[in-house]
Amino acid sequence: MPASKTKSKNGAAKLDALLKAHNLTQQEYEWIKQKLGREPNITELGIFSVMWSEHCAYCSSRPLLKLLPTTGTKILVKAGEENAGVVDLGNGLAVAFKVESHNHPSADEPHAGAATGVGGIIRDIFTMGARPIALLNSLRFGSLDAPRVRFLLNGVVRGIADYGNCMGIPTVAGEVAFDPCYTENPLVNVMCIGIVKPSQLAKARSKGVGNPVMYVGSRTGRDGMGGASFASREITVASNEDRPAVQLGDPFTEKCLLEATLEALATGDVVGIQDMGAAGLTCSTSETASRGGCGVDFDVAKVPQRETKMTPYEILLSESQERMLLIVKAGKEERVRQIFAKWDLQATVIGKVTDDGLMRVREQGKVVAEIPVKALTDEAPVYQRPVEMPPTLRELQTLDLKHVPEPRDYNDVLVRLLASPTIADKGWIYHQYDHMVRTNTAALPGRADAAVLRLKGTRRCLATAIDGNGTYTLLDPYLGGQLAVAEAARNVACTGAVPLAVTNCLNFGNPQDPHVMWQFKRAVEGIASACRALHTPVTGGNVSFYNESPQGAVDPTPVIGMIGLIEDSSSLVTTAFKADGDAILLLGETKDELGATEYLKVIHDLKRGRPPLIDLEREAAVQRVVISAARQGWLHSAHDGSEGGLAVAMAESCLADPDRMFGARITEEAVYPARLRRTRRLDTQLFGESASRIIVSCAPSAVTRLTALAQRSGVPCTRLGTVGGKRCAIGSWIDLPLAVLSEAWRTSIPQAMETR
Amino acid sequence: MKFGVVVFPGSNCDEDCFYVLQSVLKQPTVYLWHQERDLKKVDCVVLPGGFSYGDYLRTGAVARFSPIMQSIIDFAGKGGLVIGICNGFQILLEAGLLPGAMIRNTSLRFLCRYVTLRVDNAGTAFTNRCHPGQVIRLPIAHNEGNYFADGETLDRLRRHKQIVLRYCEPDGQVTADANPNGSMDNIAGLVNETGNVFGLMPHPERSAEMLLGSADGRLIFESIVSAYASK
Repeated sequence: MPASKTKSKNGAAKLDALLKAHNLTQQEYEWIKQKLGREPNITELGIFSVMWSEHCAYCSSRPLLKLLPTTGTKILVKAGEENAGVVDLGNGLAVAFKVESHNHPSADEPHAGAATGVGGIIRDIFTMGARPIALLNSLRFGSLDAPRVRFLLNGVVRGIADYGNCMGIPTVAGEVAFDPCYTENPLVNVMCIGIVKPSQLAKARSKGVGNPVMYVGSRTGRDGMGGASFASREITVASNEDRPAVQLGDPFTEKCLLEATLEALATGDVVGIQDMGAAGLTCSTSETASRGGCGVDFDVAKVPQRETKMTPYEILLSESQERMLLIVKAGKEERVRQIFAKWDLQATVIGKVTDDGLMRVREQGKVVAEIPVKALTDEAPVYQRPVEMPPTLRELQTLDLKHVPEPRDYNDVLVRLLASPTIADKGWIYHQYDHMVRTNTAALPGRADAAVLRLKGTRRCLATAIDGNGTYTLLDPYLGGQLAVAEAARNVACTGAVPLAVTNCLNFGNPQDPHVMWQFKRAVEGIASACRALHTPVTGGNVSFYNESPQGAVDPTPVIGMIGLIEDSSSLVTTAFKADGDAILLLGETKDELGATEYLKVIHDLKRGRPPLIDLEREAAVQRVVISAARQGWLHSAHDGSEGGLAVAMAESCLADPDRMFGARITEEAVYPARLRRTRRLDTQLFGESASRIIVSCAPSAVTRLTALAQRSGVPCTRLGTVGGKRCAIGSWIDLPLAVLSEAWRTSIPQAMETR
Repeated sequence: MKFGVVVFPGSNCDEDCFYVLQSVLKQPTVYLWHQERDLKKVDCVVLPGGFSYGDYLRTGAVARFSPIMQSIIDFAGKGGLVIGICNGFQILLEAGLLPGAMIRNTSLRFLCRYVTLRVDNAGTAFTNRCHPGQVIRLPIAHNEGNYFADGETLDRLRRHKQIVLRYCEPDGQVTADANPNGSMDNIAGLVNETGNVFGLMPHPERSAEMLLGSADGRLIFESIVSAYASK
């Protein structure tokens, strides 16, 4: 293969420009030459650029991700082994789940970007042989005051809805937070959960020399060219010119692809499978070959194309959606082809498995690229990026309450908190998602702290939640990581489920910035410590770096997706208070912590102080108590205290069921004991966000048993008050009709979105 | 009684209908593939919800041309029981088995939530287990559930008591506030003149077990079974 010699000055400048366009450094170019023993041609340079991108190769994050605990007795497929991790549920069932980001595409084209994000994560799950049963998402936007932010939110929600609804996969849970740091760079993280029989797990690897490699699904076009390397850069003004790098999705084709793929996998004729996501054909062919320890030889001319005169470079780097790569047992091609034909999809043999460890690409038989697959995968560069604590952090962590005036009107504060978009009811969003299709949704969105899905044919339910807090992580990345895991687990536990395992999506700025890299390192360490303490190993996930705009990096935002299991659906617990006269109790305790709270942000315009500290042993104990009490059938409701603290959590339990709202009265002494009044402020008690707290309600007759259970477990348990009436009252400071609270909480987002 | 659930490419409530009929109602149930013509001797055809053929062109517009639909039209012509849910209702309208058309929700947004419905005609093969005026709770999930018909058609529907379900307040009052999609006359479900073809936007198959929040949907399927038994 002749490569143009670039000796002249002019040539050197050309090479520089070429490397810049491919997001490769001079050093990386030297390594490429070493791997090949010659200079790469343009096609090969394109291949290296996407495979060595941060998005595909995890260059900066790989060494640190090794800190995460990935083993456990129930783990069937570990992180990194396949497209998604798999956890054993017993009874011949397993769950495959994963979260992924589509931040940059959604910043450019919110509808298409979010939609293809959903499409991509669904493919990751069904290529495991699993039937997708639920979607979740974690979204971050700037302030809704900005018209562009409203445009982004609208587009992202529509994109998720259009894709998920058409696929017939319910979007059952999610979280959305708003902060100016996400104005230009929203975060769109999507999680998919699938159910599979362990015996039917599919593998993403090539096997059997001579086996045919088949291309199935949509034809290849020029859309999404080099999306992986696009995702590995910061967003700039020029990003709008990157629009062809955002793919277009077609959920109808993917629905057919899903059914055909599961049908084909069930035949046993498919030995390996991988979807074509980031870096498309290049990534799927080289990764399957690399995992299987073999090579691959294919011809781009055989790839079905929907545009004319596409070059090998374009075909290899295209990120056209709804495509799959299958490695099929020799002689079974026709049977596989017929299954796809039944669903009106093409399946074409484009090449075969080889034993030489090379990715050999041809065009009409002529070799146009030849690269050792390991050079593209296992041997991709890894960077030990320098880390340094941001010098401004110490100052940001200080919080002098002397400069924070105590509110005069606590009613007003509660109403404003409930109306702040991060806390406000998200019905405007989730009612656009089909959250009931597949008829498993036992707890509707907004009704329980986690989504609950019954597992048909069993008495069991899967509970799942997704959580993260950028403000916490900005102000203490280690705590931010710990708290994200703890809250996700606590949310799952509040439904009565035992937390099982974690998937994570780590959204950070530019890893070449030592401050960002320090945040990343500390956050990963925090996640690792919490996952160990709570016995919830990490089964996989995604790292999204370069979440920056000319205004700077987003707050570091690790997002944790958690799954858990309820043994019997009859012990499912939801958020809303259920009956007049029920006792309200607090498990855990409120500490003198006001830093990093939503209260400081919304009421005092302050984003500072330290996030709440967490004692992971206490956290685990609190969760055990709530799970155990749920199993005994003692709990009528359980809700964790998070953004907005105790007062907001109380209001949410009053409001959660719009058809049956219950008031509550909390005694003065319970929420602000006399012994604390000299040393602690009332706003801390009401709006502080101390971790490891759960507000539960139960019949008065169950109080003694519950208190005893908590005591045996070393968990503080305080009687707060009583359910009843049509008002929410806390001591002498807050007393409001439910109608007023409901209005503030429910109308805030619809008003922002519909009336301007 | 044997049920047949039609599968178009893009159907996504087919498995849900199948599950309710077979596992909750314990009735023999089979799938009917869109490219076949054989109705496998079923006693009731179910057109499930979803996005048949991606809802390209218009909801239900492509599905009506599939081979199975020709057989279903013949089956309905001979008095066979046919129920179309959500996208299935839209297909029945496109196929001319029910009058009128669906346009987009007035909000121009997909809407998924529980609604309350008044049973305006409890004498049909699909509602005989309800009492007249009963308020039932079923979920909706659609983009195009805004029923539209000309004045003459609406008059005829009213005259023949073809309007079976209407969106209402929890106390049974039919109000504009209770209308989730702009549907004329708050229409959520209607039958043909001969009473053997029923289309409805809400999803009874999603609300046939208390674990899912409501078991009112069972009333619809149990009505069908009981109508068939008393035939």
